[in-house]
Amino acid sequence: MAQSRYWTLMPEWLVYPIALLPAAHLLWGAVSNTLGPDPLKVLENGLGEWALRVLIAGLAITPIMRFLRINLIKYRRAIGLVAFIYVILHLSVYLVLDKQLDWAAIGADIVKRPYITIGMAAFVMLVPLAATSNKWSVRKLGSAAWRRLHRLVYVIAVFGAIHYLLLVKAWPPEPIIYLLIIVALLAVRLVRPQRRLRTAS
Amino acid sequence: MSGYKYPIPRSSEITPRAAILDRRRFIAGMSGLALAAAVPTPGKSATREKLDAIASPLSTDEEPNSYDDVTSYNNYYEFGTGKSDPAKHAHELTTRPWAIKVGGLVNNPGEIGIEDLLSAYTLEDRIYRLRCVEAWSMVIPWVGIPLADIIDKFDVQGSAKYLAFETLVRPEEMRGQRSTFPILPWPYAEGLRLDEARHPLSILAVGLHGEVMPNQNGAPVRLVVPWKYGFKSIKSIVSMRFTEEEPTSTWNVQNPREYGFYSNVNPNVDHPRWSQATERRIGGGLFAKRIETQMFNGYGEQVASLYDGMDLTKFY
Repeated sequence: MAQSRYWTLMPEWLVYPIALLPAAHLLWGAVSNTLGPDPLKVLENGLGEWALRVLIAGLAITPIMRFLRINLIKYRRAIGLVAFIYVILHLSVYLVLDKQLDWAAIGADIVKRPYITIGMAAFVMLVPLAATSNKWSVRKLGSAAWRRLHRLVYVIAVFGAIHYLLLVKAWPPEPIIYLLIIVALLAVRLVRPQRRLRTAS
Repeated sequence: MSGYKYPIPRSSEITPRAAILDRRRFIAGMSGLALAAAVPTPGKSATREKLDAIASPLSTDEEPNSYDDVTSYNNYYEFGTGKSDPAKHAHELTTRPWAIKVGGLVNNPGEIGIEDLLSAYTLEDRIYRLRCVEAWSMVIPWVGIPLADIIDKFDVQGSAKYLAFETLVRPEEMRGQRSTFPILPWPYAEGLRLDEARHPLSILAVGLHGEVMPNQNGAPVRLVVPWKYGFKSIKSIVSMRFTEEEPTSTWNVQNPREYGFYSNVNPNVDHPRWSQATERRIGGGLFAKRIETQMFNGYGEQVASLYDGMDLTKFY
C-alpha cells in the first residue's frame, strides 16, 4: 500500500518559489507597466484570484489522499502559507493602491459593503491559522485542538469565493465555478471511505 | 445657463492624430520590438478611417485618454465580460450594411442608414468625461451628432415622453450572446426621457479620436450621455422607439435595486455594493490618485435643471 515515492521527491520549500511565481509575474507586470490601461485592478483581482486558487489546492490535499491515494500532506503547510501571502498582497494592494489609505473610506467599506466585510472576515480568520502553522504550535495546542482550529479554513475558502461572487456585476462564470469547486471539495469530506485507510501523518 | 462660457479649444490646441501616432511609434521603438509587438492592434477589421468634424464648445479641456486606452479597456458584454474581451472579439462583427429603425410615436417612421448619418449631418468632436458605474473614468474624444437633430427628422408625436434604444442581437458575430446561460437578457436595451435625449450634450457617436468608431466601442453608432453612468450609453444601436411609458433598461431589469432608470452620476448615492464618492481615472498608472466624483459627472451646470424637484436618491 506504499505510495510511489516520486510524488514527494520535491522538497517542501520549493512550494514557495513555484506557487509565488504568478505573484512575481503580476508584480513585475505592474512595475514594467504591461498590465494594460488599468494595472491596479489587474494586480488586485489577480492576487485575489490566485489566493483562491492556492486555497483550493490546499483543500484538495485530503480528497487526493483519500480518493487517489496520493499523500501530498507534506506540502500542505507551505500551500496554506502561500495562500496567506497572496491574501496579504491582495489586501495591501486594496488598502494602499486602491483606497490609498483613506481609512474613513476603508472603514465605511468594511461596515457597509458585504463583499468587503466578508473578505476582511476571511483575512482575520486566516491570521491565527498562519500564526499556528508550525510544529511548536501543534505541540502547544495539542493535535486535536490544532485540527479543530484549522478547520476554519473551510469557512475562509467559502467566504473567499462569496467575496468574489458579491463583487461582480451580473453572473459571470468564474466566481460561480470557484464556489462550486470549494463546495465540492468540502462535500467530499463527508463521504466516508468504505475501507479505512490509515496513513501515518 | 447665463454667464457661463464654455471653453472652446482652438483647433491649433488639439494634437493632430498623426503627431500622436508618431510619438507612439517613437516610444514603441525606444522600448524595443518586444513591446511594440505586444501592443494590441485595436479594431482589427475596422478600417482606420478619418472623419471630418468640427470642434464643439461642449468639449472638456481635460487631456483625453490615449487611443489605446479607449479601445482596449471596454465593457461590452456582447463580446465577453472581461475588459479586454471586446478588443479581442469585436472584429467579428460586421457593421455594414447598418440602419437604425425608428418607430413608435412618430409621424415619420423609418430608418436611418449609417451612410446618411455620416454624410447628411455635421459631425462634431465632443471631448467628454465618461464615468463608469464601476467607479473608474476616462476622457474620450467622441465624434458625433446631436441626438436632437436626428430626433427632429421623425416628427415626434406630442404624447411621446421617452426614447427607447436597442443593441443588435447577432450571436454568430457576438460571442457573448452565444453562451448557454446568457449573462444579460438580449437585446441590450436602454432609454432616456425625451428631454434628456434632446439635451445638447446627448449625441449619437460614430467615431472617436477623429476616426470611425472601433467595433469594441460600439460601432457603427452608439449613444453618449456624459452625465450618466457609462452603461446608459448603449452601443451598436439598431432600434429607436418613441414611447409614452418609461422603457425598460437592461441593467435595471437585471438588478433594479442597483441600477435605476436615470443612473445619473451622483457621488452622494452609493451603489449598494460600493461607494460612488470617488473614481479612478484610467491611464494614470498604478499610483494615480483617486479623484472626487462630481455631481452629474461635472455637467450639472448644463443638466441639473432637467431634474428640478426630483428626489435623486429615489430616482437614482
